[in-house]
Amino acid sequence: MLGFAHLFASRLVKAVAILIAIVVMNFFLVHAAPGDPAMVMAGEAGAADERFVAQLREQFGLDRPLYEQLGTYVGKIAQGDLGFSYRQQRPVWDILAERLPATLVLTLTAFVLALALGVALGTLAAVTVGTWADSAITVVALLAYATPIYWIGLMLSLLFSIQLGWLPAFGYETIGAGYTGLAHAADVAAHLILPVITLALFYMASYARLTRASMLEVRGLDFIKTAKAKGLSQSRIVTRHVLRNAILPVITVAGIQAGQLVGGSILIETVFAWPGIGRLAFEAVLQRDYQVLLGIFLVTSIMVILFNILTDILYGLVDPRIQVSQ
Amino acid sequence: MMKSDFWRAFARNKGAVLGLVILTAIVVLAAFASVLFPGDPWDMATAPFQPPLSEGAPLGSDMLGRDIASGIAHGARVSLLIGLTSTAAALAIGVTLGALAGFHGGRIDDAIMRFTELFQTIPNFVLAVVLVAIFTPSLTTIVAAIAVVSWPPLARLARAEFLSLRTREFVQAAITTGQSNSSIILRQILPNSLSPIIVSASLMVATAILLESSLSFLGLGDPNAMSWGYMIGAARTVIRQAWWMSVFPGLAIVLTVLALNLVGEGLNDALNPKLARSRG
Amino acid sequence: MTTPLLDVPLLDVRGLSIALPPGADRPLAVDNLTFTLNPNEILCVVGESGSGKSMTAHAMMGLLPAPHVRVAGGSLLFKGRDVLTMPEAEQRSLRGGRIAMVFQEPMTALNPLMRVGRQIGESLREHTTLPPAARRARVVELLAQVGLPNPAELADAYPFRLSGGQRQRVMIAMALACQPDILIADEPTTALDVTTQKQILDLIRAIQAERHMGMMFITHDFGVVAEIAHRVAVMRHGKLVEYGAASDVLNRPQHPYTRQLIASVPHYIEHRDDHTKSGAPLLVAERVRKVFQVGGGLFRKSKPVVAGDDLSLTIHPGETVGLVGESGSGKSTLGRSIVGLIKPDSGRILFEGTDLLALDRKGFRPYRRLVQMVFQDPYASLNPRHRVGDIVAQGPVAFGEDRGRALARARELLAMVGLDGSAADRYPHEFSGGQRQRIGIARALAMEPKLLVADEPVSALDVSVQGQVLELLDDIRKRLNLAMLFITHDLRVAAQVCDTIAVMRRGKIVELGTAREVFTHPRDAYTRSLLDAIPGKAWHIPDDLQTAKAEAH
Repeated sequence: MLGFAHLFASRLVKAVAILIAIVVMNFFLVHAAPGDPAMVMAGEAGAADERFVAQLREQFGLDRPLYEQLGTYVGKIAQGDLGFSYRQQRPVWDILAERLPATLVLTLTAFVLALALGVALGTLAAVTVGTWADSAITVVALLAYATPIYWIGLMLSLLFSIQLGWLPAFGYETIGAGYTGLAHAADVAAHLILPVITLALFYMASYARLTRASMLEVRGLDFIKTAKAKGLSQSRIVTRHVLRNAILPVITVAGIQAGQLVGGSILIETVFAWPGIGRLAFEAVLQRDYQVLLGIFLVTSIMVILFNILTDILYGLVDPRIQVSQ
Repeated sequence: MMKSDFWRAFARNKGAVLGLVILTAIVVLAAFASVLFPGDPWDMATAPFQPPLSEGAPLGSDMLGRDIASGIAHGARVSLLIGLTSTAAALAIGVTLGALAGFHGGRIDDAIMRFTELFQTIPNFVLAVVLVAIFTPSLTTIVAAIAVVSWPPLARLARAEFLSLRTREFVQAAITTGQSNSSIILRQILPNSLSPIIVSASLMVATAILLESSLSFLGLGDPNAMSWGYMIGAARTVIRQAWWMSVFPGLAIVLTVLALNLVGEGLNDALNPKLARSRG
Repeated sequence: MTTPLLDVPLLDVRGLSIALPPGADRPLAVDNLTFTLNPNEILCVVGESGSGKSMTAHAMMGLLPAPHVRVAGGSLLFKGRDVLTMPEAEQRSLRGGRIAMVFQEPMTALNPLMRVGRQIGESLREHTTLPPAARRARVVELLAQVGLPNPAELADAYPFRLSGGQRQRVMIAMALACQPDILIADEPTTALDVTTQKQILDLIRAIQAERHMGMMFITHDFGVVAEIAHRVAVMRHGKLVEYGAASDVLNRPQHPYTRQLIASVPHYIEHRDDHTKSGAPLLVAERVRKVFQVGGGLFRKSKPVVAGDDLSLTIHPGETVGLVGESGSGKSTLGRSIVGLIKPDSGRILFEGTDLLALDRKGFRPYRRLVQMVFQDPYASLNPRHRVGDIVAQGPVAFGEDRGRALARARELLAMVGLDGSAADRYPHEFSGGQRQRIGIARALAMEPKLLVADEPVSALDVSVQGQVLELLDDIRKRLNLAMLFITHDLRVAAQVCDTIAVMRRGKIVELGTAREVFTHPRDAYTRSLLDAIPGKAWHIPDDLQTAKAEAH
């Protein structure tokens, strides 16, 4: 278990280093953008307000040397001050904190669903390799791979909300219904179904393909020959020997793709008017509200780091070698 | 002799051949867009909200009476152009960094890999949105943003290839027979690491097209270039009245990306088992 | 245990044929094979790679890679019942139950994610009705029987904590779990070091004798055959060429192929005469030391691994010095330091009086030509995308030689190493392993070196090919008066080509002397244990084959 603590500590240090790097990157983005950094920070709406711009100049020491400005900027972020949105007349952090839960619910549910279903379908395809089930899974995966997720979202809502009327097309809950308790939860869940499926579909396809390929590869390894020579049944060989080994690369890729999944929530939340950070990003783009946009960049990066730590722990649970060799 | 082997292996994969056919059709469509659909795709061609198969708008028209079919044809140009150029740029960044890291190892490798890891952790679509939004949308900023968020997997791949090839005995033999570093990289290692890189690049063109369409969907496309993502984004709010406005450009994206993926898989089949066989 | 029926052999293979997929180098992997295996008997199946010896075992265990490779005819009778026509469920109950198997590669034969005790327990779970606690007790008992220390603790370990030898013991314990009637061992010691090989062979022999099992032992090494076989079956290209009692086959081989195989078995007794050293030494290594830092990261210190410590030796012109050691002994470190692939931490390497380690890149360059290397793996040492002629000519061209002249010289050299003229225009994949190794030698010779470092140049080759490549190396050394540093794990091979032997263990040279001294009067205990571990040392190759071999030289 000591190894596990080590692993965790080193991951944490890495996470902090990555965060600092992203903050620095944010800083340079503001300075590299065309135009006066103060104007960029103020955003389109705030740029006209000279008092606000002057205040920004003062706060961030924009007439000081660059390295001092960097120090000021990093210091502010470290204190949780992500700036002020002129457009919304609120601190950026407050806006983000309000939107964060909706995005976490959406991305986490989609991540778990994609992983569970992807591995299950990939296993099914590998076990039935060469049959119609395998072909069907392969074709669906190929299509899901090639389809823009926002378009899938539109098509699903066209079908299930507009044509069939089974599920709500947008939002987080039925506005004005005043549900409480279980009824409220059910209402939110109904709103969640389409966005989660849309977001999960691509990654599910990705993990299914990977699981299938990985299982077919593991099946050819020496220790499977050993298992067969022991006279084990096919099902035991698959569950105890093949699957566990085959799942490792899937977990690695899931960790690497976590960033894409979180990024994809911008599109999904836009399509389904899901009131999370992604939707906020879309609004910030429309309003050229760069402080908010950079705040989103930072917060989504933190989310990805958390997803990565999650997959690392998962990997460590499956693979005993990690605890010592790391 | 090597070439005919390649084509035979490629043609054995029926999906790959289908992909190549679709891809050729799309390239032809893009090349002859101005002949097939003369005039600016942004101009009004007919009455607004015409359903498919109407006069002057075979795939319908949008809320400003623009021809969807013409938009798709002209959009093909933008998609292919951005897909290819941003992949080329990502290749240049990724393969260079990966090759340096893999060949030199040690601290150079450490530094480059930390840098790559950073870019791999950052949610790439969010970064692309931030970049394009801050530097104002244009073909150049879109290509640059896609390249900046797409190179890490290529760098990792090139590094892994270089790392393993560097310790191969034929590369060590090249060192002991006094060949220069540049000759070892270019003549010994690179040709042997090319197959997986080519396959990844072909798949990356598909990803780049998806990324571009996503940016355009959010309104971050080049305002002067008609693109598929923009058409879908514009159609989103009127999907109840005019399904065709979002369905047809979406199908165009699916077909293109599917074709590229199929071709990529065919390349993989054709290029990689050969190496495996010659090793065994 | 069941008592075998007296008139029915334990295993009766009759006319077994195994078909290969279309496009393979021959239609049948195994062609009309007939033999029997009795209880309390070790049958050695001998052959070179591609002889079909493993296929037979795989067919018996239902491990043939279906659907490409399948049994085309014949029968496999276990106690009179045909395994091939049994229902699948019955076949499974035989596998691991009545017939068990141990594989060649212990490093990959165990599931890396499952504790070894559980992997052994799986067999018991499948074939017995023992409750979990009893299974566990049995597992610990089995681990103790195969000579593993702390069996109770070891049962809970994951395979990556075990050495190769320990893993092979675990595999044997697994095979013995259900007291099988037949144990099939497919090259079980080939991947192991020679001292470990001896321990495992002793173990296998002891267990077989104790349990009176019938054992089918597959090997390519006649030394191993001499150690353990009761009966021998020699296979070539899928056909049985000779079959009989071990003493007959070993001492009075009939078939020409068997005779050829036995003749090419290296035998350490025939070491070379002392080399007369002449002139100044060509190369002197003095106290060379190299420590690798392994692992390391943010929170961990890297572990230093001493690959070479206080390594000193001298090579004279025309002399062949053998550097012998088991895996991990650091024997490659010195060779790689001399050709400049590794930079040692301290010490001196003097080549004709110049310290190579003190030179910078530029200063070292002229010495690159003079010291050349022949690599181990004939499949990895040639760039698959270059023509053979180019591969040989690239070195001289890098040193400014005219390309046309270098290519012409390459053709001469290819002829010299025994390849025909068209070789230069072909690609490496068109050649066999032995031929590729010849190309590697030609590449080294193209540089006109004075010293050749050969790192395990024959260990990836079949015995009969090994002999030819060793002869070529020796012949070239004589003709060009080359000095050679010959790195090998195999004392028998070293005996054939080396004048001087240095034995390495854990990064140090423990013994250094003439081949005669080292083989006849070893001073170091480790050298003695190495010599003692050589399989089949008590067996004397028939005299007529010895002379046949001497004539071939």
